[in-house]
Amino acid sequence: MENGAEKEAVGEGFDGARAAVLVAGLRRGFASGRTRSYEWRAAQLKGIARMIDDKEAEIMAALHDDLAKPHMESYLHEISLAKAACTFALKEMKRWMKPEKVPTSITTFPSSAEIVSEPLGVVLVISAWNYPFLLSIDPVIGAIAAGNAVALKPSEVAPATSSLFATILPKYTDNSCVKVVEGSIPETTALLEQKWDKIFYTGNGKVGRIVMTAAAKHLTPVALELGGKCPVLVDSNVNVKVATKRIAVGKWGCNNGQACVSPDYILTTKSFAPTLVDAMKKTLEKFYGKDPLESPDLSRIVNANHFRRLTSLLDDEKVSGTIVYGGQQDEKRLKIAPTLLLDVPHDSLIMKEEIFGPLLPIITFNEVEDCLDFINLKAKPLAAYLFTKDKRLEERFIKTVSAGGMLINDTALHLANPHLPFGGVGESGIGAYHGKFSFDSFSHKKAVLSRGFGGEAPARYPPYTPQKQKILRGLINGSIVALLVAILGWPRD
Amino acid sequence: MESVGVEGVANEVRTAFESGKTRSLAWRRSQLKALQRLLYEEEEGMFRALKEDLGKHQAEAYRDEVGILIKSVNYALENLKKWTTPRRVHIPLLAFPTRGELVPEPLGVVLVFASWNFPIGLSLEPLIGAIAAGNAIVLKPSELAPASCNFIAKSVSKYLDNMLVKVVRGGPDVGQKLLEQKWDKIFFTGSSRVARIVMAAAAKHLTPVAVELGGKSPAIFDSLESARDRKVAVERIAGAKWVPCSGQVCIGVDYVLVEEQYAPVLIDQLKATLEKFYPRFDCLSRIINEQHFQRLSNLIKDPSVAATIIHGGSLDSETLFIEPTILLDPPLDAEIMNEEIFGPLLPIITLKKIEDSIEFIRARPKPLVIYAFTKDEKLKSRITAETSSGSLTFNDTMIQFACDELPFGGVGGSGFGQYHGKFSFDLFSHTKAVLRRSFLLEFTFRYPPWDAWKLPFMRSIYHFDYVSLLLRVLGLKRS
Repeated sequence: MENGAEKEAVGEGFDGARAAVLVAGLRRGFASGRTRSYEWRAAQLKGIARMIDDKEAEIMAALHDDLAKPHMESYLHEISLAKAACTFALKEMKRWMKPEKVPTSITTFPSSAEIVSEPLGVVLVISAWNYPFLLSIDPVIGAIAAGNAVALKPSEVAPATSSLFATILPKYTDNSCVKVVEGSIPETTALLEQKWDKIFYTGNGKVGRIVMTAAAKHLTPVALELGGKCPVLVDSNVNVKVATKRIAVGKWGCNNGQACVSPDYILTTKSFAPTLVDAMKKTLEKFYGKDPLESPDLSRIVNANHFRRLTSLLDDEKVSGTIVYGGQQDEKRLKIAPTLLLDVPHDSLIMKEEIFGPLLPIITFNEVEDCLDFINLKAKPLAAYLFTKDKRLEERFIKTVSAGGMLINDTALHLANPHLPFGGVGESGIGAYHGKFSFDSFSHKKAVLSRGFGGEAPARYPPYTPQKQKILRGLINGSIVALLVAILGWPRD
Repeated sequence: MESVGVEGVANEVRTAFESGKTRSLAWRRSQLKALQRLLYEEEEGMFRALKEDLGKHQAEAYRDEVGILIKSVNYALENLKKWTTPRRVHIPLLAFPTRGELVPEPLGVVLVFASWNFPIGLSLEPLIGAIAAGNAIVLKPSELAPASCNFIAKSVSKYLDNMLVKVVRGGPDVGQKLLEQKWDKIFFTGSSRVARIVMAAAAKHLTPVAVELGGKSPAIFDSLESARDRKVAVERIAGAKWVPCSGQVCIGVDYVLVEEQYAPVLIDQLKATLEKFYPRFDCLSRIINEQHFQRLSNLIKDPSVAATIIHGGSLDSETLFIEPTILLDPPLDAEIMNEEIFGPLLPIITLKKIEDSIEFIRARPKPLVIYAFTKDEKLKSRITAETSSGSLTFNDTMIQFACDELPFGGVGGSGFGQYHGKFSFDLFSHTKAVLRRSFLLEFTFRYPPWDAWKLPFMRSIYHFDYVSLLLRVLGLKRS
C-alpha cells in the first residue's frame, strides 16, 4: 500500500532523492495507462466531490485555523467553488475528451483530420495560502480531468489546510497517481529539480520566477497564476451604494483583501471622491459594525510576517496621514480593520507593491481620462474593475486596459464562472484555467491527420520539371484544377 | 550590433507599440497585404537566398517556404475579422443580468528567433500570427543562413512598418543581448540546448515562451499489400527525408521502424525511389555548414554504425554534400540512434512485430511528429492512444504542416506552444475575460454581516437550484 503523503519528519528531510522516487512512482502510475480512461478520471472526481461533502466541517475548521476565515466565506469561496469545479468537470468531461474533427483543405485532399486531447503526463501543482483549499484542489481537478498523474504541494503558510490535504486526499483518490507533498522551501526546491510535464503555480511573482527558471532546465511548460495591483475605476454616474457594496465584498469579503482579485486601489475624480468615501464608510459600518476588529465576518491576516508587512506600509507618515477611515490593528490576534486612505503619494510603497490586505488607497485625478493613464503606467494586473453607466467609457476601458480579466460594475465574480478563462497577463501570470480551460491547460492537443494512398501528387517530388512546379503552385494555393491534374497522376513519370 | 543598439531597438519598438497603432484592423491588414506583396514580388530574391544558403532548388523553396507563407498570409487575411471579434460567453441565468465575452488583445512586443533550415519560412510564419494579433515584433533570423538573413532584413524594411516590425541581425552574442530585454512573448524555433537558455532568460521577466524544437520523428512502416501503395508510401517517406532540405527538417522522418520480414521490400523500394528522385544530385540541398557536416560525418564514422550502411555513405566536405544514405539496424546505443539526425542518413530499425514500434517509441522522448503507414485500423487506434507526439500523420508525411486548421507544435522534449492558422493568432494574444453587470438586481445575501440565514441561500444559488432559491425568497423554505 503506497503512502499517499510524504511528510517532513525530524531528521528525515524530503530531499532531491525522495522527490525523484515520488516522481518515478507517479510516472509508473501514469505509464500503467489507468489515468487515460473516463472511468478512472470520473472515479477520482467523484471521490473528491465526496471528500468535499464528507469533510466540509473539517475543511471549514482548517480554514478558520489558518485564516480565521468566516464560515460563509469558506463556503462561498472555497468549498462551493471546489464542488462546482468537480460537478462541472464530471458533466462536461466526456465532451472534452472527444477528439475534435477539423476541416481539411484542397491541399491535402483527400484526408481527414482531428485534434486529440491527451494528458501531458505527470504534473506538479503548487498552491497558495490565501484560498488554500480551493487553489489546491481546483488545479488538481483540472489535471485529473485531463488524465494526468499529479503531485500537490499545498502552501505551508496555511499549515492546517496543508495537513488536512495530506490526511484526507489519499483516502478519496488513487494514490498511485495522486500524491500530496507537504513542506516549505527545501521540499519545494527538491520537487522543482525533478522533471515534470507541467508545473502549475499559484502565488507571487518572485517565486513565479524561481519556478519558471527551474522549469526551463527541463523545458517544462508552466502556468503561473500570480497577482498584481487590481485597480477599480469609479465613475461619478453610478449607483454609489451598490458600487461600494460590491467593491467592499470584493475587498474585505474576500479574505480581508488577501485575494489575488481583490480591488487593490480605487481611482476616481476629485469631485466624486467625497461622495464615494462617504458611501464606502457607511457600507463598511453596515458590514462590519463600529468595531470591525470584533466582527466575526472578517478574516485575520495570515501570519505575523504579513501583518508586519502591511503595518509597515503605514509607517510612512505621508501615508498614514491620509487615513480617512479605519486603521485599527491588533497584533496579538493578527487583525487589521478595513482602512481607507485618500490620495497617498503615488510613489509610496503602498502604491508600488500588491497590498494583499485590508488597506484601500483611493487616488483621485481631475479627469477620468487621467485615471486610465495611471492604470496603464503600472504592470498588467490580474483583474481590472470599472464602475460606470457610460457605455463609451466602458468601451474605452476594455480597449485600452490590459488585465487578466475585467468586470464592469462588480468585482471578483468572474472567477466563479467556469466558462471564462481565469489567469493573468504580463506580470500577473501565464496561462489560464477554470472549466474547460483547466482541462486544456493540462492537455496536449495532438493534431492527427489521416490520408489514404490515392491522390498522389508526383509534383511534390524531384526531379523538378517546369510542369511539376506549375502544378505544385496550384496545389499549394488551393486550385481545383491543379488538384484534378495531380489526382490524374500527371505529369507521368 | 552592440548592446546599446539592441536596447535601443527594443525601446523604439515598445514606444511604437504603445502608440496604439497596431490595435487597428487597418494596420494589421496593411501589414499582411504588404507581406503578400513581398512574397509575390520578391520571389526571385528568396530563391536566390535559399540557393546560396542551402543549395535549395527553387521548387523546394516554393513548396516548403514561399508557397506555405502565401497560403498562411491569405488565410490570416481571410479570417482576421473573425479572429479579432470578441466571443460571447454563456452566463448562468442566476447571474442575470450579466454579459460575458472573451476579448483577444495583443501581448505587446514579441521576439521571434528563427532557425536556419527554413530560414525565410520560419522567420515570416510567426510574423503573420503576431501581426494578425496586433503585436509589434523584433525578429532575429538565423545567422547561419546569412543570405536569407540579409534578404529578410532588406525586404522587411522595404515592405513593412519600420517602427513596429524590426529585424536584428547577428550571432549568439546578439541573441544574448536581446534576451536581456523585456518582451511580452518569445517565440523560438531551434534546438533544446538554446531553448533552455531562452526560457531561463524569459523567466527573469515572467515572459511566456513558445519553443518549437525537434526530436527523433519515426515512421512506422506496416506491411502494405498493394505494390502501388508501397511505392506511394516509400515516396512519401523519401519526401520527408531527403527531399526537404536534405533531411535538415524538424518534421522529417528521422528513422523507420519495420517488421524484419518486410525490411527487404522497404529497402528495395527506397533504393528505387532514390534513383527516380535523384538521377543527378542537383535537386538535393546541401548541408548548411562545416560544423553540421562534421557532426553528420561523425555519426557514421563509428565503425559499428558504418558497418550497417547499405546504401550511399559518400561525403564531400568541399561541397558539403552527403549522399542519401540508408543504414540497416545500427546499434541502438550509437549516437545516430540517440540524437536527432537532421541530415540525409536514414536508419531502418527492424522489429519482430510492427506493434513493437509502439513500445519502442514510448521508451524515447516524445517526438515532434510520428508517421505511420498502415491500413490496419486497430493499429492506427493503438498508435493514436498509446503514443504521444506533437502531431500524428497516417499514410503521408510533411503535409500536416500545410493545414491551417491543425495546431503545429511539440510536446515534452519536442517543445510547447502551437501555431499555424488561428493557433498563431491565439499564441500571440491574451484572451481577456470581460464580464458586465448592471446595477439592477442585487442579491443582498452576498454581503456581510453573514447571518446564519444567508448561508442556505448561497447553497441554493451555487447548486443552481432555482426552485429552492425561489422558495427561500418567498419565505416558504427555511434551512
